[in-house]
Amino acid sequence: MRRILSTAGIEFRIALRNRWVAIATGLMVLFALVLAAAGAAPTGDVGVDRLSITVVSLTSLAVYLVPLLALLMSFDAVAGEVERGTLPLLLTYPVSRAGVLAGKLLAHVVILGIAVTLGYGAAAMAAFWTDPDAARGLPALIRLIWTSVLLGATFLGFGYLLSSLSRRPSGAAGLAIGLWLALVVLYDLGLLALVVSGAGGGFATGALPALLLANPADAFRLFNLAAADSVGAAGGMGGAAASIPLWQSALSLALWPFAALILAVAAFRKITP
Amino acid sequence: MTSTLTISHLTKRFGPVAALTDVSLTVAPGQRVALLGHNGAGKSTMMKIILGLIPASEGEISVCGSAPGSAQARAQVAYLPENAAFHPALTGEEQLRHYLRLRGEAPGQAQDLLARVGLRDAAKRRIGTYSKGMRQRVGLAQTLIGHPRLLVLDEPTSGLDPVSRRDFYALLDGLAAEGASILLSSHVLTEVEARTDQILILAKGRIEAAGTLADLRRQAELPVSFTLTPAEGYAESLMESLTGAQLLSSGQIQISCRQEEKLALLKRITGFGPRITDLDVTPPSLEDIYSHFSRRTGQ
Repeated sequence: MRRILSTAGIEFRIALRNRWVAIATGLMVLFALVLAAAGAAPTGDVGVDRLSITVVSLTSLAVYLVPLLALLMSFDAVAGEVERGTLPLLLTYPVSRAGVLAGKLLAHVVILGIAVTLGYGAAAMAAFWTDPDAARGLPALIRLIWTSVLLGATFLGFGYLLSSLSRRPSGAAGLAIGLWLALVVLYDLGLLALVVSGAGGGFATGALPALLLANPADAFRLFNLAAADSVGAAGGMGGAAASIPLWQSALSLALWPFAALILAVAAFRKITP
Repeated sequence: MTSTLTISHLTKRFGPVAALTDVSLTVAPGQRVALLGHNGAGKSTMMKIILGLIPASEGEISVCGSAPGSAQARAQVAYLPENAAFHPALTGEEQLRHYLRLRGEAPGQAQDLLARVGLRDAAKRRIGTYSKGMRQRVGLAQTLIGHPRLLVLDEPTSGLDPVSRRDFYALLDGLAAEGASILLSSHVLTEVEARTDQILILAKGRIEAAGTLADLRRQAELPVSFTLTPAEGYAESLMESLTGAQLLSSGQIQISCRQEEKLALLKRITGFGPRITDLDVTPPSLEDIYSHFSRRTGQ
């Protein structure tokens, strides 16, 4: 445990020096404030507080931005050590490969946690500014923060996996962008195409929910929108979410970080320095 | 006392290519062993196998009584890679504190360790600003953490200036005196000559010769060379009485003989009395021995 904490401390310091902490936080705050400003336009009386509405907008933002940030922070984790030539020495130390990745993950999760908390926090402040009732949306905001951290942890694990598989930072970066496009953008488009084309009678009720749950980004969206739907903030947007029980998307969100880390450790173990 | 490192019949193949063939070696506590060989002779491969970084194809290896790369072995072995590299964004002190914690030692020793390798003033600077020699010294400092029983040093003095090299070997002598075994590889033959107990010459993945410098000299049977300075006007008469001698442009006379003829020749030369003013005896150097053994394999 001491070794994992030490690795995490060193990684955090490196991220601080490489400006990753500043970049991640700056990006999240900037985008959240832009969304808050856009959402501040008069929308008529929808019977919900401003913060709950902001959280729904933030969910759509997070589903793109959090995986991207996570992959950007993690693609270099193993490949960078291979390229710098620091890996052989590290692996002669009495520390397990799983321990090395766990330390890196801990540091990167903390950085993501800081970035989303400050980013969403800025948007929440803006909501409080215009709506004194905004406190009613606080549970949704807190839910968004911890689910964002889980989503980030999953994509950090994916980043380590790609980093271990490619062994070169340039290759890992390419794979990371590819994975982001595939899981966050193209996956939904593909599902949409299947739904529109009316593939099979039972698709929308049978395979579709399972396919949505299988993708961590979709599980994140489902969970937050379904939870928001219960307060009526998401309106029609949560339609797809309503048909899937909350516990299923929560389970998918909670299991993915472990699955991604296990895959990453398995790939890291295959590297011969 | 049991040996720190035992290798028997180690063979490593990369596909069809044999990088190491039937290598056996024992290193006792406190022993300093130098591994000599051309680039690609298998030195680094052998070290990586000892460290457990790559698996052996055949053969038995025991490191401090454990399998190479096992937790017990890693806890007792220190490694200095060729061209030691560290993250450029960290300071020397931060990097060492991390290594100390990974070995379960108090991180407060970082300053002391850096001072021992002459980096006290650079401790708070980022490693990205260090010269190659300074990075090498950070690498050395981390090998000193927590009394390792075996030090595996790959080209440890590359990038160090002559003074640092001398300090480095003094440091190694101290460690060996405390019972640590040292396995190091080097290109610089003259410096391992005086500083090691055992020399291994590796060529094309095979051990061509092993032993102390005296053993190797005997095995190689290389000639001993005598250089005489003749007194004024005696050069020609000396040349006549010494068959096979060469007159050098400096006016000195050089003659070589086999090891076992050394004393007899010396007796004859001293018999010349005042006709010679000076005499130097040069035994074959490690360079000569090394090229003798590596030539044998056709390199």
